[in-house]
Amino acid sequence: MMDWFRTRGWALCMLALVGLFCLGPVLWQAVTSIKLDEDLVRLPPIIPDRATTVHYERVLFQSSLGQSLVNSVVVAASATAVAIVVGGLCAFTLARLPIGGKPVMLGLVLATSMFPPIAVISPLYLLMRGLGLRDTLIAVGLTHAVYALPLAIWLMTSFFRQLPGELYYAARVDGCTPLRALLMVFLPLARPGLAVAALLVFIFSWNEFMFALTLTASDATRTAPVAVALFPGLYEIPWGDIAAASLVVTLPVAGLAALFQRHIVAGLTAGSVKG
Amino acid sequence: MIGQPSVKPRSKTGGIRLSERTWGYLLASPAFVLVGLVAVAPIAAALWLSLHRRLPVFGVDEFVGLWNYAQLWNDERFWAACRTTVYFTVLSVATELLLGFGLALLLDGLTNGTGKSTRWAQVMIIVPWAVPTVVSAQIWAWLYQPDYGLLNYLLHRVGLITQPIDWLADPDWAIHAAVVMDVWKTTPFAALLLLAGLKTVPRDLYAAARVDGAGAWQQFRHITLPLLMPVVVIVLVFRTMDSIRVFDAVYVLTGGGPGNSTETLSIYAYKTLFQTLQFGYGSTLATAMFLIVAAFSSLYLLLLRRHLQEAA
Repeated sequence: MMDWFRTRGWALCMLALVGLFCLGPVLWQAVTSIKLDEDLVRLPPIIPDRATTVHYERVLFQSSLGQSLVNSVVVAASATAVAIVVGGLCAFTLARLPIGGKPVMLGLVLATSMFPPIAVISPLYLLMRGLGLRDTLIAVGLTHAVYALPLAIWLMTSFFRQLPGELYYAARVDGCTPLRALLMVFLPLARPGLAVAALLVFIFSWNEFMFALTLTASDATRTAPVAVALFPGLYEIPWGDIAAASLVVTLPVAGLAALFQRHIVAGLTAGSVKG
Repeated sequence: MIGQPSVKPRSKTGGIRLSERTWGYLLASPAFVLVGLVAVAPIAAALWLSLHRRLPVFGVDEFVGLWNYAQLWNDERFWAACRTTVYFTVLSVATELLLGFGLALLLDGLTNGTGKSTRWAQVMIIVPWAVPTVVSAQIWAWLYQPDYGLLNYLLHRVGLITQPIDWLADPDWAIHAAVVMDVWKTTPFAALLLLAGLKTVPRDLYAAARVDGAGAWQQFRHITLPLLMPVVVIVLVFRTMDSIRVFDAVYVLTGGGPGNSTETLSIYAYKTLFQTLQFGYGSTLATAMFLIVAAFSSLYLLLLRRHLQEAA
């Protein structure tokens, strides 16, 4: 018993260290975001005895971050919608319909997810410019949707496969078209799985940087990560503002991740481990 | 597909009757059209561009064949970027795997037998994973700040350093600063996947081993490690490919500097494309990277071939 207590106590100490390592940098950013400018250049004290909301006011109301957050919501939501609808149709086919060449298709899907984004970025830029879509949210959202498709298809295929095939045949015998069988029978049952896929696509799109940086050129279309990376500093780096902006941009995804942590881990595992 | 009942398509509305197979191609096609347009076609276009000398600023656009590739071969900066990328990848992936494994064993050990979940601990370690990469770069840039950064202050307090270190301005420190940031950001992914793997190891095996007198190390060496090997391989492959492609984290933290000491392949290609606007040569760099990653991917697909066939 004593032994058990000792090892467990030791393990909890280690866990506290891990917690400090994982959360410390974020907490420090939180402390920074409420420091007065003159306290930012003073250390100690680590925890200041006065706080301010001036950085939050500045980034939310006097910078283009507000616009960028709106852009990010629009981009991430539409990328998620496209990836789930288009990916869902494809996943259903791969899971249930008798077509040839499925291993090749799955392989192609997987290969796409391994493309280094840098390899496609210049033609993609030229393509979007040619289509007149450069510096639009459509270009960013569409690109995010396509690069999230492999993950979405992979996940949803495995979810559709877990549902009993008899359901499908029953629906077909009752006169449903395959599309109707998907919409009326499979969709309601696969809803939790679809939610996990949607969540992961949303987080991917919200955090993505390189495509968003390249395909946008103005404050009106910039997404939040791009805004945080290009934070304007006229004479010196505005660390307090950057800290406030960082937290505002992180909060939605960190909140989603913490809230749905179990589903996310299950999704990541299904996407990579189970195959 | 044995024992699958043959289904006669029957449409109530009396519309066109499509075979099962046609439906399949119809439903799958939007995904493949999109992937073709936004992923496959650009790769082909990049290959085509890489055979050109293209400088839009000067109105230059000529076909030069493999000339760019010859230039690549003699480009010292390209080889330096390769070395930086490999160094960054090996160091960060190895550290992440080791730390991740340790963390997974720790979390698994805490739940072992008690049936209690480590939900709050998992929530804690998923935070760095969820933080946008760009934000994590800004967080660490502030920690590394030479004059008011927390890191220098803490190291000074415990007496490890006497002079503040300008982590991101020193070529020897900068790459390691980037590795530490990457380890912070991605160890959780490794740990969570490995933890999920650990949960599938039958507990009876450990009990049996203990009865046979096996110690903790022997249990790990002969039970845990072999059974977890598939997960370890997958974590390795995923993390290696992410590391080779690394762009935003390092680009925002150091911009590739000081000098070119943290310039990875992606950063070099990006700068060539969008800062010096050499679309031809930049595409050559990008294509070279694509080939390197493709070599890794095919290795991975080979490993996964069995899964793919089962899945289909």
